[in-house]
Amino acid sequence: MTGDIIMAGFGGQGILMIGNLLAITAMEEGKHVTYFPAYGVEMRGGTANCTVVVSDVEIGSPVVGRPKGLLIMNGPSMEKFLPMLAPGGDLIINSSLVEERQVTRNDIRLLQVPADDIARNKIGSRQMASMVALGAYVARSGIVKLSTMFDCLPKVISKKYEKFIPMNVNALKEGAALAGFHA
Amino acid sequence: MSALAASASKRILTKGNEAICLGAVAAGCRHYYGYPITPQNDIPEYMAAHLPALGGTFLQAESEVATINIILGTSASGKRVMTSSSGPGISLMQEGLSYMAGSELPAVVVNISRSGPGLGGIAPSQGDYLQAVKGGGHGGYRLIVLAPHSVQEMYTLTMLAFDLADKYRTPAMILGDAIVGQMKEPFIASPYDPASTVEKPWALTGCVGRERRNVKSLHLKDNAIEVHNWKLHEKYERIRKDEARAESYMLDGATIAIVAFGTAARVSKTAIQWARKEGIAAGMLRPITLFPFPEREVSELARTVDVLLVIEMNTGQMVEDVRQCTPLHDRIVFLGKPCVIPTPEEILERIRLLAGRKG
Repeated sequence: MTGDIIMAGFGGQGILMIGNLLAITAMEEGKHVTYFPAYGVEMRGGTANCTVVVSDVEIGSPVVGRPKGLLIMNGPSMEKFLPMLAPGGDLIINSSLVEERQVTRNDIRLLQVPADDIARNKIGSRQMASMVALGAYVARSGIVKLSTMFDCLPKVISKKYEKFIPMNVNALKEGAALAGFHA
Repeated sequence: MSALAASASKRILTKGNEAICLGAVAAGCRHYYGYPITPQNDIPEYMAAHLPALGGTFLQAESEVATINIILGTSASGKRVMTSSSGPGISLMQEGLSYMAGSELPAVVVNISRSGPGLGGIAPSQGDYLQAVKGGGHGGYRLIVLAPHSVQEMYTLTMLAFDLADKYRTPAMILGDAIVGQMKEPFIASPYDPASTVEKPWALTGCVGRERRNVKSLHLKDNAIEVHNWKLHEKYERIRKDEARAESYMLDGATIAIVAFGTAARVSKTAIQWARKEGIAAGMLRPITLFPFPEREVSELARTVDVLLVIEMNTGQMVEDVRQCTPLHDRIVFLGKPCVIPTPEEILERIRLLAGRKG
């Protein structure tokens, strides 16, 4: 399975963390992978984004002009990245914060994930929103196995916070269920 | 399970800038000084966190001018030492680098370059090529310049840079950009395997019980500076003869050969894979050392292909060195993307055009 995705949202939503998790999971499945973050002028409350490329062959550019996947966690990111999504690509939006009318294209596969609502009401922490969205993307795209991703969580969550790993697993599962996948 | 999966357990997802630090530490570097600038701040961050615990020194100097002079002093004591910066900071270091070249002092200087001239911007660029390979500072000298195109090479070429710097007693530069610096990729921490260990009989280690030594770049007596210049020249000629490195990528039967380094080369690989699928015989010669430039390889390649397509993230710098390698200038075509990452799509488009095909 090969694919590429741009993930974007507010700084602090966990965009870079879920990008890292996807990249590590792809690596553990024996694939070629690159992860490229926006750098330099980013800060908490500003915007954050990263690009992950997964491939069976050596990867050229870690930066992608026409991504096959787009995961959007806030409104401002939609305007910036929606025009880039390849026709037929997967668009995952955090519908708790992004309004449907912002989706101005109909040549893409839209999946609305009320990530903040699910995180707060079902998982018990709004910080889990990006994990919910990631679960939905993984299930929709099939880019990696969800079970491998569960195994990789300890590699992105420090020892100090390891008690939150089950909560992250639940968040990934809830997101995957929204994409019609039940782990 | 693929071969890749079998070795997956040893692979770590690592940022290019951190791989430079891992390579430096593996090669025995315990001293790092620098001053912050985007997009290389991961390097001082890593060194600040790890060198003190290894018994080494991390120092944030008051400026890049101070940095390079502290590097000079540490190198004179015989220790392996490194600094890193980006374009504007590297410019500030040029005076010190000239003094180090003149004093024949080794060190590794990393330039994770950014857009210029001036403060420019933080976007990836290859605009520092000429500064890096033609000396940069005053007086006529060369740096050994290595151009990694992957996280793995950020590691291995840093180790090589220390070895070459010591072997030839001259500063070596890693020339990268924000793509290879900020990107994370699976990486294997292969063991450090020095080609040879170098004694430093010139190092200033305290002269109790032995003859005093002198490390200097000032030569006022008689024709001493002329003699010194010839000595340096002879050293650079040896480097040219023995240390040029390049990767041949899908050059078998190639009629169109890209010549590109670093990030531009990396993106070109995807375009070449696509072109080959369309039946176009494209390949690439990727200089790994920019000084010494792989002159012989480029010269031979120019004779065997129809087109040399030079691709750079600037308006044409390395292409000057390519032209020096061959009289067949009508075969050289240039694609420049100043301060922009070329896309594989536009490179493929140019390859198709050169192959006489419509996209």
